[in-house]
Amino acid sequence: MSGRIVMGALAPHPPHLVYADNPKQNEPRAEGGWDVLRWGYEALRAKLKKKDYDVIIVHSPHWRTVVGHHFLGVPHFKSLSVDPIFPNLFRYHYDLKVDVPLAEAMCAEAAAQGLVTKMMRNEKFRVDYGTITACHMVNPDWDKPIVGVSANAAYDYFGNDVGDRQMIALGQAARRAVEKLGRRALVISSCSLSHRHFTTEPGVPEDMSYERIYNHNQYLWDMHVVKLLKTGKARELLDEMPDFIDQSVSEARAGSLTFLLSALGFPTQPAEVHAYGTVIGTGNAVVSWDMEAA
Amino acid sequence: MSVVRGYIVPGKPQPLLTPDAAPGYRKLADAFGMVREEIAASEADLIMIYSTKWLSVIGHQIQADPKPTWVHVDPEWHDLGEIPYSFVIDSEYAAAYEAAAKKRGLTARTVAYRGFPIDTGTITALKLLNPENRIPACVVSCNMYADRAETIVLGKAARDAAEQLGKKVIAVAVTQLSNRMVTEFIDPKTDRISSLKDDEWNRKVLEFLGNGRLEDVSQLARQFFREANADQRFKAIWWLAALMGQNNDYEGRVLAYEPIWGTGATVVSLNPMERGATNVEFDEDDVEVYRGDRNVLDR
Repeated sequence: MSGRIVMGALAPHPPHLVYADNPKQNEPRAEGGWDVLRWGYEALRAKLKKKDYDVIIVHSPHWRTVVGHHFLGVPHFKSLSVDPIFPNLFRYHYDLKVDVPLAEAMCAEAAAQGLVTKMMRNEKFRVDYGTITACHMVNPDWDKPIVGVSANAAYDYFGNDVGDRQMIALGQAARRAVEKLGRRALVISSCSLSHRHFTTEPGVPEDMSYERIYNHNQYLWDMHVVKLLKTGKARELLDEMPDFIDQSVSEARAGSLTFLLSALGFPTQPAEVHAYGTVIGTGNAVVSWDMEAA
Repeated sequence: MSVVRGYIVPGKPQPLLTPDAAPGYRKLADAFGMVREEIAASEADLIMIYSTKWLSVIGHQIQADPKPTWVHVDPEWHDLGEIPYSFVIDSEYAAAYEAAAKKRGLTARTVAYRGFPIDTGTITALKLLNPENRIPACVVSCNMYADRAETIVLGKAARDAAEQLGKKVIAVAVTQLSNRMVTEFIDPKTDRISSLKDDEWNRKVLEFLGNGRLEDVSQLARQFFREANADQRFKAIWWLAALMGQNNDYEGRVLAYEPIWGTGATVVSLNPMERGATNVEFDEDDVEVYRGDRNVLDR
């Protein structure tokens, strides 16, 4: 049995995007907002509708672990996720399934690579909002199981280069596990690009007259990264990743983007950029790679 | 005096969930127990917590749900089990704190949502210090971008609200000292501070605190953070020192200092009293009203 990663996507997780979409699972109601990013997700979902895949692997900065890389290891989670930072925007009732055999295979492959790993077996565990937001935006029907992977803090503890090395190994482990178990997988990186936030919020959070990039430096870095992705220069981006992280306060510091690029084998094909936009000052791009078109 | 006692406690769950997994965890749990007895014997009517484990971006968030109830599982230590909780929060104080913070120029808001994820540090502290909810509590977040001035103003606003309502407050800073965790799985019995340098700096800070020199520690916080990778830049100490009056007039006692997975975990008691180490420098800016970033680089 031989599986493959059929598609990869950069799927940023600001809860504002779910809030603005007004899905039935989310308690707060919005008058819209962040439309360009949401249109980008619409385009991504349209592509995914045509793809035959059976699992979503998601790496999320908001499940942060220090001791190893952790994997969701319970078949079913159902609970309420409240964003601790934006509780006014995100109180989401989730009901999701986990591909536990694939999670276990990824965990074993990563351990074989020398990474510290752990399965998360506690049924009362609340799945983080980064996982939920990204998965909702790519698949609001929740009709595919997921594999949730934590963001190890190696970047903070040892440095960006060490963090990247770990994420490269983790991405390779994911690819091997997918191939061994015969899965057709979508891999998503739940992260923003530049990540300096504004620390105030307008009275109406979706008032777009307040929305802009935090500073021009962030915009320039974001556009540089998008250009590298559009021109199939994932390896070059990896080379520049430590500087990108430091100079734009990038959320790539959580490892999600490097994990994705590694799982995809550092694609040389041009990525499809569906949207770029800001959310309370941070830079976000919705990007995909169709690995079967490569 | 609105603050009757101050405490520094660690935010990791081991003293609550696995106190007997290591001798150090037991010592910390016992120290929590000593504080619990002190609090019970006090005449306090509010436990005010600043937790480095509750991060915020949009200003400062203040817990105002009168009875937050949930079953918590720590994202890192999920194998140690669940923590069911139901706390009593002083909503009136929370609202007063929000107003006081805004009056001093800060962005602040109360939060009261069912299922709000109260952080592990707050839960551990309240479960161990106030298990019967005898004294109502309140919790404020740690803004990830806040600097010293902003955090000091946040502490002063907590004091304003307490004085306005006539509250007698137990102030609790939930923070590690050095915060460099061991990044592998270990037998807790072999737990130790992850570097000698961290250990030395922790002990230096604890020597100050043991002498009641809270304000001096507050002014050393930046250097301590640089040297020992202190938890969230050691902001909690700025908040605590500001709330307690920015002085060194305390009877300080270090009730425990032990490693938790390589980090420096301490339980410190600070009892306000007229005495002691006031003959020290107070050389940092003392800010009364927050007026935002000063943009010094633009001038």
